[in-house]
Amino acid sequence: MAKKNVSVWTSIPFWRRSAAWVTGFATILLIWLSFDTLGQISMGTDEDLKNGVTKRVPGATVINYNIDYKYSKKRGSEVPVIGDKEPFFGKEWSVDEAAGLLHLGKLTSQAKNCMNCHTLLGNGAYYAPDLTKAWLDPMWSAAGPMQAMTGKSTKEEAIAEFLVNPSQYPTHARMMPNLGITADEAVGLVAFLKHMSSIDTNGFPRNFSKTVEQFKQGGTNAR
Amino acid sequence: MLASIKTHELKYESQKLGMMYFRVAIILFGAQLLMGLIAAFQFLVPGFLFEIFDFSVARMVHINALIVWMLFAMIGSVYYMLPDETGIEAVGVGIGKLAFWVLTAAVTVVVLVYIFVQVGAGTEATIWFINEGREYIEAPRWADIGIVVVVLIFYWNVFATYLKGTQTGIMTVMVADLMALAGLYLTGMFFTDNITMDQFWWWWIVHLWVEATWEVFVGALAAYALVKIIGAKREIVEMWLWIEVLMLFGSGILGLGHHYFWIGTPEYWWEIGALFSALEPVPLVAMFVHVLYDWGKEQGEAHAKGEAGSVLNNGPAMGWIVTNAFGNFLGAGVWGFFHTLPQVNIYTHGTQFTASHGHLSFYGAYATILIGMFYMGIQGAYGIDRLKMTFKSKMGLFLTTFGVLGMGVALLISGYEQVLVERGELGGGWNAYFTAQELPWYIQGQLWRMIMGIVTFVGFVYLAWDLLTIGKQARQAQEA
Repeated sequence: MAKKNVSVWTSIPFWRRSAAWVTGFATILLIWLSFDTLGQISMGTDEDLKNGVTKRVPGATVINYNIDYKYSKKRGSEVPVIGDKEPFFGKEWSVDEAAGLLHLGKLTSQAKNCMNCHTLLGNGAYYAPDLTKAWLDPMWSAAGPMQAMTGKSTKEEAIAEFLVNPSQYPTHARMMPNLGITADEAVGLVAFLKHMSSIDTNGFPRNFSKTVEQFKQGGTNAR
Repeated sequence: MLASIKTHELKYESQKLGMMYFRVAIILFGAQLLMGLIAAFQFLVPGFLFEIFDFSVARMVHINALIVWMLFAMIGSVYYMLPDETGIEAVGVGIGKLAFWVLTAAVTVVVLVYIFVQVGAGTEATIWFINEGREYIEAPRWADIGIVVVVLIFYWNVFATYLKGTQTGIMTVMVADLMALAGLYLTGMFFTDNITMDQFWWWWIVHLWVEATWEVFVGALAAYALVKIIGAKREIVEMWLWIEVLMLFGSGILGLGHHYFWIGTPEYWWEIGALFSALEPVPLVAMFVHVLYDWGKEQGEAHAKGEAGSVLNNGPAMGWIVTNAFGNFLGAGVWGFFHTLPQVNIYTHGTQFTASHGHLSFYGAYATILIGMFYMGIQGAYGIDRLKMTFKSKMGLFLTTFGVLGMGVALLISGYEQVLVERGELGGGWNAYFTAQELPWYIQGQLWRMIMGIVTFVGFVYLAWDLLTIGKQARQAQEA
């Protein structure tokens, strides 16, 4: 290796230095972008919601608002739309109460291992439906079957009842097992799901549940 | 039973410690496959063990056994190569052995709790003592802390030995890579109510392990194995290794962006994730070419010198390493590229596409080379000059590879149907999900996955049987 005319392309020190520089550069770029991202994904506040400030991850009190998922021409995809206030389990939750409820819900989602059947934000296992926008699923709406099945008159009560006794309300051969979720934990989980549905996921999932009704009636888009 | 693998021919205690890790890894590999069979069967017969041993439990143990057997095999591999590379005994073998027993005991407790306790109440105590409920890193917090302590002991051992002995290029890469690998684990040890924040950091471990630091680990391991098995020239192998580090980290670190498309993170990750993750297959092609090129070159030179026969001194290990070189490119590279662009990924994210890629890539990129290391260990442990493939070695290699490839293809077909019907036609959601799950083409894919899973398991039985017997047989043949 002492010969001066040895090509740089076969020089170990050259590749070692290049590897170090490329790795260092990529790492610094990642850290810089991460700082920017962390700022953008930190949870919003109650003030933001009151003032109509759009946050990618709204504060916990978003559970006091109506949430929709609508096509935005500007973004070219669906985005969560936070609307007027609506009661959640029949009341408006204070900042502390909402934060406590979300905390309980997130903890329960981990304690019950939701992610090893379901996907959350598309990550997890593929044995059960994705939960990213589960709060907005037509199954739970007034027109859907689950409110009647569980004998409840609101979406949140129907979901909570289902979560406490899932195998009592089978819809398919593949059922959700009873995980010992208490009534309190179920309320927390519903808050967690509602909060998750308000997160701006850049349009994932696309065309959420749009054409299910059409499909079930045997209709096609070609008509 | 595994004690029947003898290690008395090994000169170094560090290598014997490596063999201890290998034995546990084989057991956990078997456990992983059994859990996978249960979970696969539940896709076909949902009532199987319902509310006794649910899919979530089988699947959790399936993926955790996977991660842990690979970590055991990785630690074992490093302890095994350490004296060969540095030329000296590991500086702290005693404490290394203690750490091994602590880790093995902790893993046993964690798995027993997974299986028998399964889930807990929605409290911090569950996160600390039962499971953390975060895919792949479900280990409860107490075990996290235990793992950190054990890994610190391991790392100190490797680092101090490296400083004291010969500092080869392969070992330099290994030492630097292990530091990053261990440090990244810390990013997964906290709780947050913000699911987007949760997943942001979760990917720092999952992605920066399997698509960056683990890949470099494999590069270093392959380099070591090529020097040992075919007598490749160290200068050439080490130059390749640095080029691989450059390309793997150059693409893999920012390739992290392809996990930030849909979890609440900003849109600029589309461009960054797409560009860098699309480059991720490039080093995998290079690694494949490198292994075959070096093999051909050494064989050709031996031929030119008039030496008859194969240049390989360990047939089964080389078989697995070549399978690794191609499997890494196919499973991680090609299958990963299939669905890495955001325009495609918005439909494929969170479907059986991911499961297909997961099976092929973990097997192709990691399982294969670590099994190759098991055979290297057997060769050293019995002092075999030339270890040749037996019928069982061939069946193990062929059936496991064929089985996993079959599972990958079957899941890809199911995934394709799921993407078109659930995501494309029906836009996700509860009804869309089950409509797609119940169509015949989906179920057919799941059935073939089950069949191929059984093929894989039969392959594993041959493999384990071979590992238990090949050393003794080869030793007897050598002495005869």
